[in-house]
Amino acid sequence: MLAGMSLPLPIDCDVHPVLPGLPALMPYLDDMWREQVVRRGIDELYSISYPSNAPITTRADWKGADGRTATTPELLAAQGMDPFGTGTAILHCLYGVQLPFSEDMGAVFTRALNDWIVAEWLDRDPRLRASIVVPVQSVALAVAEIERLASDKRFVSVLLLVMGEIPLGRRQHWPIYEAAERHGLSLAIHAGSSYRNPPSPLGWTSYYTEEYVNQANAFQSQLTSLICEGVFSKFSTLKVVLLESGFTWLPGYLWRLEKFWKGVRMEVPWVDRPPGEIVRDRVRLSLQPIDAPPDADDMLRLMDHMKSDELLVFSTDYPHWQFDGQDALPTCFSPELVRKITVDNPLNAFPRLKELRESVP
Amino acid sequence: MNVDVLNRSEAPASSSTRLMIADCDIHPRLKSVHELDPWLSARWKEHLSTFGLTHRQPYERGPAYPKAQPMASRRDAWPPGGGGPGSDLGFMAFQHLDPNNVALGILNPLTPSGQGAIHPDLSGALTHAVNHWQVECWTSQDRRLKASIVVPYEDTAASVREIEYWAGNPDFAPHFAQVLMLSRTGEPPGQRRYWPIYEAAAAAGLPVAFHAFGHGGHPVTGGGWPSYYIEDMVGHAQSSQAGLVSLVIEGVLERIPDLKVVMVEAGFAWAPSLTWRLDRQWRKLKLETPHLTMSPSEYVRRNVWFTSQPMEEPEPREHVRDAIGWIGWDRLLFATDYPHWDFDDPSHALPLRISEDQRQDFFMNNARKVYG
Repeated sequence: MLAGMSLPLPIDCDVHPVLPGLPALMPYLDDMWREQVVRRGIDELYSISYPSNAPITTRADWKGADGRTATTPELLAAQGMDPFGTGTAILHCLYGVQLPFSEDMGAVFTRALNDWIVAEWLDRDPRLRASIVVPVQSVALAVAEIERLASDKRFVSVLLLVMGEIPLGRRQHWPIYEAAERHGLSLAIHAGSSYRNPPSPLGWTSYYTEEYVNQANAFQSQLTSLICEGVFSKFSTLKVVLLESGFTWLPGYLWRLEKFWKGVRMEVPWVDRPPGEIVRDRVRLSLQPIDAPPDADDMLRLMDHMKSDELLVFSTDYPHWQFDGQDALPTCFSPELVRKITVDNPLNAFPRLKELRESVP
Repeated sequence: MNVDVLNRSEAPASSSTRLMIADCDIHPRLKSVHELDPWLSARWKEHLSTFGLTHRQPYERGPAYPKAQPMASRRDAWPPGGGGPGSDLGFMAFQHLDPNNVALGILNPLTPSGQGAIHPDLSGALTHAVNHWQVECWTSQDRRLKASIVVPYEDTAASVREIEYWAGNPDFAPHFAQVLMLSRTGEPPGQRRYWPIYEAAAAAGLPVAFHAFGHGGHPVTGGGWPSYYIEDMVGHAQSSQAGLVSLVIEGVLERIPDLKVVMVEAGFAWAPSLTWRLDRQWRKLKLETPHLTMSPSEYVRRNVWFTSQPMEEPEPREHVRDAIGWIGWDRLLFATDYPHWDFDDPSHALPLRISEDQRQDFFMNNARKVYG
């Protein structure tokens, strides 16, 4: 596609570069940790949130001989971007660097991962942008990692997993949000857990199917936390983008939250407007997966319930298996809505995209 | 939701021309734990007076998150003769059952019921006593009311004994409408340790109700403990979703096809999106669940009902009609949650233009079908 064409190219807000393995990070680790990896036999840090061979983790027709894909920008371009006419893709690497219990180890591996993203991805394809992965094990170290990388405008957001040690709205996390907002970075929250708590509110589940389905609940709880703790009141320009969250739960979820807010808002007086207004103003959700009703008319009714056409941002969730072929967008969406989802809304959700776009002649 | 205190001091208006309703969530309260003395052994009375009744939460008395109102109750629900809200049948009848034309009222004792007590034997002793108390003090006194068999669900064997004790006795069985569990179980409720409870309930022809709340000991979110009561309240919708997902995916509804499950006070607007999501992911991950012979949404459609309170109130209100339509007008059971502060008044709970049949189903017939 050529610059200057009348139709702007889609912005894919959720794609996942896959680390081919821990050895790929070795050049980016310091001497001490390079030695520890070898001496202690640290094998891999792949998270159980996406079992390597589970059907959702890698779409079958994208899989290479080694069972993986998305390990290079070339694979991403050929499978995850070109077929969709994508002009820009935002990388959110899910390698399990937020999972170690040691904050030192977390910080070292996130730093290595971010440096790997810069060298192996951002420097090799100018269409790519990325999230800064932060060692959420330590707020101070997370902020330091943001400060280290914020001057690289190709980073457009800060990535957190939807399930961590304490709810994301809790005040301990606020320095991360302060740093993100100050640098014009969005807060990207992706499915996944650091497993400091059971992945369901009722304990550990037996089946991966349950765990994956329950990720949507975790997004709901975190939205409640971010709103009720006052994150949106304190940080007046911070954008929050929920990734791989599903979105069809949003209307029903907001009905309940708004009802209780009306009833007990004396408890959280800083939440000074209806939660639905806050969400429509400040929160965006990625398109895939679409947990849609079977009937297209119902899907359109549900879009009415969302009460805004600015909430969704385009995503393929490459290389995760969310749809077949090139059917990333529901056929019942109008061209106007598609334009919003693929271009306007992403530019709004990640202000740095716009900044960068405007700075390029 | 009653936020402001209305003036209810005058005698309730005549109700003779109004719709008969089933109220599927009424909370009777003990005047004090000593009301259970007739059915507790000396050992447990002594234990209670010495060590108290503790749950998997921080406080000796009162909830982990301070409620929005004293005893989470309507300000006007304190009986004039003393005792806490919901503790006086005469006043409950005067204030709620008579004026609201309640023809069937399902009792869900919570405060306290012994469910979720840290000590499993104390939980067993208290729940057994609470079941006696319901029969003696409530359902024998007012035929409109039906009790729940309160079971010490973290002790499976004791729970089965409790169900068989009441359901197996022809004098007692007509007093009970369902088996009651709380939604915040110690493990996901579909796990096999709980299966005998569901089998016993189904064998007795009783639905199993999961009432929001409880003390499983786990944070209400997969990401830790939230700070506020509003988060805990909203969170019941998420934890109840996890419970329903567990019941479906573990195959409880496959193994016990005639089990009736009632989700109480956890909302219902989440159900459509949840079942769409379940179906979608199940199709991709089917390899993991060969024990399921139908799609998740089919199990939910066949086996699960939802109580209505706290009623969803979207703007515009018509949106809730879509949500109920997606769930099925035959799956919602009206409930008030009397005497709690977020009581839904039957005159105002469903401000939608709906057919007379839908109204009858919502307020009465669905409950008759579930509870017989």
